[in-house]
Amino acid sequence: MAKMVEVRDLTRRFGAILAVDRVSFSVGRGEVLGFLGPNGAGKSTTMKMITGFLAPTEGTAVVCGADIVADPIAAKRRIGYLPEGAPAYPDMTPRSFLRFIAAVRGYAGDEAKRRIDLAVARTALASVMEQPIETLSKGFKRRVGLAQALLHDPDVLILDEPTDGLDPNQKHEVRTLIRALAPEKAIVISTHLLEEVDAVCSRAIVIAAGRLLADATPVELAARSRLHNAVRVSLAAGHDEAETALRRLPGVAAVERIDEAGDRALLVLPRGGQAIVGEVTDLVRTAGWAVRGLSVERGRLDEVFRTITA
Amino acid sequence: MHSTWVIFRRELASYFTTPLAYVFIVIFLAMAGALTFFVGNFFDRGQADLLPFFNYHPWLYLVLIPALAMRLWAEERKSGTIELFLTLPVSIGSAVFGKFLAAWAFAAIALALTFPFWITVNVLGQPDNGVILASYIGSLLMAGAFLSIGAALSALTKNQVIAFVVTAAACFIFTVSGSPIVLGFLTPWAPTALINVVASLSFLTHFNAIMRGVIEVPDAVFFVSVIALFLYANAVIVELKKAD
Repeated sequence: MAKMVEVRDLTRRFGAILAVDRVSFSVGRGEVLGFLGPNGAGKSTTMKMITGFLAPTEGTAVVCGADIVADPIAAKRRIGYLPEGAPAYPDMTPRSFLRFIAAVRGYAGDEAKRRIDLAVARTALASVMEQPIETLSKGFKRRVGLAQALLHDPDVLILDEPTDGLDPNQKHEVRTLIRALAPEKAIVISTHLLEEVDAVCSRAIVIAAGRLLADATPVELAARSRLHNAVRVSLAAGHDEAETALRRLPGVAAVERIDEAGDRALLVLPRGGQAIVGEVTDLVRTAGWAVRGLSVERGRLDEVFRTITA
Repeated sequence: MHSTWVIFRRELASYFTTPLAYVFIVIFLAMAGALTFFVGNFFDRGQADLLPFFNYHPWLYLVLIPALAMRLWAEERKSGTIELFLTLPVSIGSAVFGKFLAAWAFAAIALALTFPFWITVNVLGQPDNGVILASYIGSLLMAGAFLSIGAALSALTKNQVIAFVVTAAACFIFTVSGSPIVLGFLTPWAPTALINVVASLSFLTHFNAIMRGVIEVPDAVFFVSVIALFLYANAVIVELKKAD
């Protein structure tokens, strides 16, 4: 897999504050890298350095062979960037704005028109092309920002919170778009929505207080969860008796009671993350309990996230 | 070069998408007229020249040019578009130069629209049109110098009002640095060399020299140097402050 983005020991200081501390990772073609971390962890600062907006205090990022510190213009040509909040000139219309972006990126005439039309079609902007951007809804503004980032069909897409503030339908659309683009490109998205990592990312890295704390696939991350392979059993009756019996199983570390709005169940936690669903179902069958539901937990990213970044 | 041109076009167009362009032009022309005819006694002087018109340009610019320059960078920083703008494949040099040229071209348009004054004076008498042309060029150079100061100071802040006030103050100091206001403050203690340097920075002195009808090389060089110096400062300030 060709490395499209290579981040090497990226460090940024703001006065006495170390905002990003020797962060290194790489992204290849076909990957969607989720960039996770609490607010203020250094996600945006890292993205600003990769895209050449901020100069790193130390380290560098190489985008498609071009070093962002040594040759910023060559690197910027290869990147499509959606800054946080999708800024765009408020008094321009999407059409004039995209024309400006096309011209800056060196496209003119039919080529510019073709690229603008394609970006507009991909982001479903056609209905608002002649309205000033300041009058557009948040969802449309975000799509104008995405259209701008996609216009030159870049190899690398850096999207800072691409679905922040969108309604569920719009989120779904943006995620579908990202998945459709993924095979051809290297994509980095920052987010604090863990469902988004599950939905679109092939890999996730977690940073907190400027340091890289984890770099793994979403499945691997979820496997770190205390809840990984836990079994949730919901019975018609007799939870007390079942709890005692389940606790005696060799693979079981603990049993917790869940009472979510009257929906009672038992959460059976495994010892060391082993698969215990076989043991549990065997016990359920021999004991003859009336089961209403039984499911295996894959592990919860939000819980892993809290454990890692706390 | 290409990106300077693209940025220039966008910036110039953006003046005209808001009422700023029209308000600016109308007020510039109205004030120029009022100052020329009522304060400058254009008719009573009985001389066919545009001295009463050009005399007031430094003072007009002092109030109006900061209004043109204040949005150049402060607005980009305030709205966050600076992050988009400076991650496009353009050099900081072409970004600074494109924006400055757009503001300067706008000032040139406003100045060109004063042509009725030129027609009036040509109808009433036989002025020395060479002197008038030199004065126009001098006025444009001075507007460029004011604008370059304003553009650099606009990059210091996100607040356009602060950019306006600071630019107006800075331009005032440059305008009057040859006059007793500034020199009287310096003479009691400063060495003569310093006083001469400060006095030579006066826009008024250089502009008055050009208004006499000869564009002397030192006067033109002075304004061009001021522009170059402040555009360089502009690029440095943008680099330093863009992420704040």
